[in-house]
Amino acid sequence: MTRDEIFTRVRTTLVDALNVDDNEVTPAARLRADLNAESIDFLDIVFRLEKQFALKIPREDLFPEAIFQGDPAFVANGKITPDGLAELETRMPYADLTEFRKDPKLEKMEDLFTVNLIVTYLESRVGK
Amino acid sequence: MRWTWIDRFIKFEPGKSAVAVKNLSLAEDHFADHFPGFPVMPAPLILEGLAQTGGILVGAANNFEKNVVLAKMSAKFHRDASAGEQLTYTTLLLDLNDTGARISGTAHSGHDLIAEAEIMFAHVSPAQLPPGLTDTKFVFSGELRHLLKMAESVAKNGI
Repeated sequence: MTRDEIFTRVRTTLVDALNVDDNEVTPAARLRADLNAESIDFLDIVFRLEKQFALKIPREDLFPEAIFQGDPAFVANGKITPDGLAELETRMPYADLTEFRKDPKLEKMEDLFTVNLIVTYLESRVGK
Repeated sequence: MRWTWIDRFIKFEPGKSAVAVKNLSLAEDHFADHFPGFPVMPAPLILEGLAQTGGILVGAANNFEKNVVLAKMSAKFHRDASAGEQLTYTTLLLDLNDTGARISGTAHSGHDLIAEAEIMFAHVSPAQLPPGLTDTKFVFSGELRHLLKMAESVAKNGI
């Protein structure tokens, strides 16, 4: 499956799950800030993607809340620690951390969850 | 206060599907106000019945050990339901994991499709509840126990 084909399927999934228009689902769109996804929507998206791509998606792969499970070694004073960033890189190799590294505030972590992230993640799971 | 919006289960296949019926009686209070001289079932109460049918299906999948709360739904209504009709709520378990579940459901009166919906439920563990709550298993308790017994009996023996 090509990246374009994956994107098209992801767009359909997000349009159905979030009740947004096709043209709002751009590769750079952030799930929370741009597409107004709430935490339960992430579960809905995971369920739909699992059906759409016939695979199992572990909760921590695409759930922003589940990444660190409140581990104090990874978060201090509202920021992700260097250890936390290393953990993030290992756990989410499909996330683009370039911008986030400059100011790794915990509250900004949800901005990492873009349409592109989902596409890259699925690309790594289903191949090209 | 009773907040049970299904009358009985007529089919219950744990982990798969559940079908319940609800008889609409003019004696129900809501018909007096909704609307005077034009008694139609309030749409949210149809959805409540559908959610209770599906919620018990989701609860049964984990032996009612987890709290199941309604988290999200999308619904489409096709026509009003009036006093005197019997609604059949048919629900199918689409997805289930530790975090929650998704079901699809329809409400029919005879062959007429009244409403259809997709409903998301979240599993809420005792740790996620506000502190001080005495009953940590607050969903499948009280009056819902009667419905649960009914569901179990229908699953074993049919109607």
